[in-house]
Amino acid sequence: MRKAIKSLVFLLALVPAAWLVYLLLTNGLGVNPAETLQLETGIWALRFLLGGLAITPLRRLTGWNRLVQYRRMIGLFAFFYAFLHFLSYLVLDQYFAFGQMMTDVVKRPFITMGFIAFVLMIPLALTSTKGWIRRLGRRWQTVHRLVYLVAITAAIHYVWKVKVPFGAPLYYAAAVALLLGFRIVRYYSSSKSMPTQPVKA
Amino acid sequence: MLIRQNAPIPSSEITDEGVYLRRREFIRLTGGAAVAAAAGPFLAGCSPGGVSAEPAGGGPYSAAQAPLSGYKPRAVATDEKLNTFDDITSYNNFYEFGTGKSDPKRYAGTLKTSPWTVKVDGHCNKPAEYQVEDLIKPVALEERIYRMRCVEAWSMVIPWIGVPLAEVIKRAEPTSKATFVEFTTLMRPSEMPGQRSSGLDWPYTEGLRMDEALQPLTILSVGMYGKTLVNQQGAPIRLVVPWKYGFKNIKSIVRIRFVDRQPKTAWQTANPDEYGFYSNVNPEVDHPRWSQATERRIPGFFKNHKTLMFNGYGDQVASLYAGMDLRKYY
Repeated sequence: MRKAIKSLVFLLALVPAAWLVYLLLTNGLGVNPAETLQLETGIWALRFLLGGLAITPLRRLTGWNRLVQYRRMIGLFAFFYAFLHFLSYLVLDQYFAFGQMMTDVVKRPFITMGFIAFVLMIPLALTSTKGWIRRLGRRWQTVHRLVYLVAITAAIHYVWKVKVPFGAPLYYAAAVALLLGFRIVRYYSSSKSMPTQPVKA
Repeated sequence: MLIRQNAPIPSSEITDEGVYLRRREFIRLTGGAAVAAAAGPFLAGCSPGGVSAEPAGGGPYSAAQAPLSGYKPRAVATDEKLNTFDDITSYNNFYEFGTGKSDPKRYAGTLKTSPWTVKVDGHCNKPAEYQVEDLIKPVALEERIYRMRCVEAWSMVIPWIGVPLAEVIKRAEPTSKATFVEFTTLMRPSEMPGQRSSGLDWPYTEGLRMDEALQPLTILSVGMYGKTLVNQQGAPIRLVVPWKYGFKNIKSIVRIRFVDRQPKTAWQTANPDEYGFYSNVNPEVDHPRWSQATERRIPGFFKNHKTLMFNGYGDQVASLYAGMDLRKYY
């Protein structure tokens, strides 16, 4: 049963990618298909990132601890969509001009932010295996707090990308702020009210 | 692997010879686009790449558009492949109807474009308010096939129909004080949902230096592919300045004013570091957020089309900017 649910979540997480492939093959991506692919893969990366970050607050609020079983998969799907997003930039925009890409990364703040977010996700994806969790022990969690930085830089990337910061990019930034704010509030309230109790992981 | 393929466009579809040979008459620009456009399906951008400009079986707009006749075909043209009617009318920046590229097609149907008044005033001897038909009528319509380079690094080739702006300007007899021309878009939040929210400082305004406005390439467009413009293109009348980035081509104009100082423009006001008054297409001056050296020619997948200085119109317009530092005056 548990496995069946996990498989279902896995398949659901693939739906956006499958849908984009379907639209690509049926001329359904609109007048500028490259732009649509780029935008959609980026937004889905951000959505999965938010999904992963929502697990802990949801557990605390609902007591439904089993949610944590899906966190790694959701995080890896965030990386999957981020990788496709990066690929769309490298191939469709830059046409494999790595030098030009690095110039962009250094020169253009919105690309710098997106690039930081993507690069920081790589160690998180690599150390997501059971072996690495064991090997890193306590440090694993410290390393994986990098995801906060990933979420912040990803949200800034989206806000800075648009001509007028309005609508969707701001909503995503607000969601990131909310999810990180939850942790900050919890951290301070628990360390103040219960100074003797260690902060729970 | 799938790449959109457009059927080659026979020249008969660009300009109907028979129509052209008939006596010159300017068919009234009709409104009523609202009715037809309201039916515009959301995913209309997915329609196959054929030209649907012919009256029968065209897009959802065919009923709203009036045919234009008696225009001079290919008065200015290029050998490049034209973008299809669907491409051009499904992918627009018209923030009055939303910031998404498909928003204008979806929402512009609510705009009433008839009757439409254009006020010509400021420093001139003959200020007047015109019905848009009367503004255009005295001048012969021409087809101008121009490249359109958006500041966002994509481009299209569009067969505009319109009149040289210079002809309209001369009729107003601007005085020597008139050194710039300011244009204003309609302000009607009830029909332009984008104007009900923040973003730009509504109404949209644009401007040209007088010599730019008088340059023969600069036109006021009222149609495309043999018909009047659809709303999302800026019906019933919009500016086209092919050597500048697309946002200079202000849409749905209600006022043309002669002024004695450089007018404020919508994008310059919103973000002066990114958008200047001149906004000439220039591959050497990057947008702060992306390079302008290359562009994606719609419907191509790759951004590998080289951007040309002044969008390839340098022979005609470079002299306007002789001695100017175009990095400073971007």
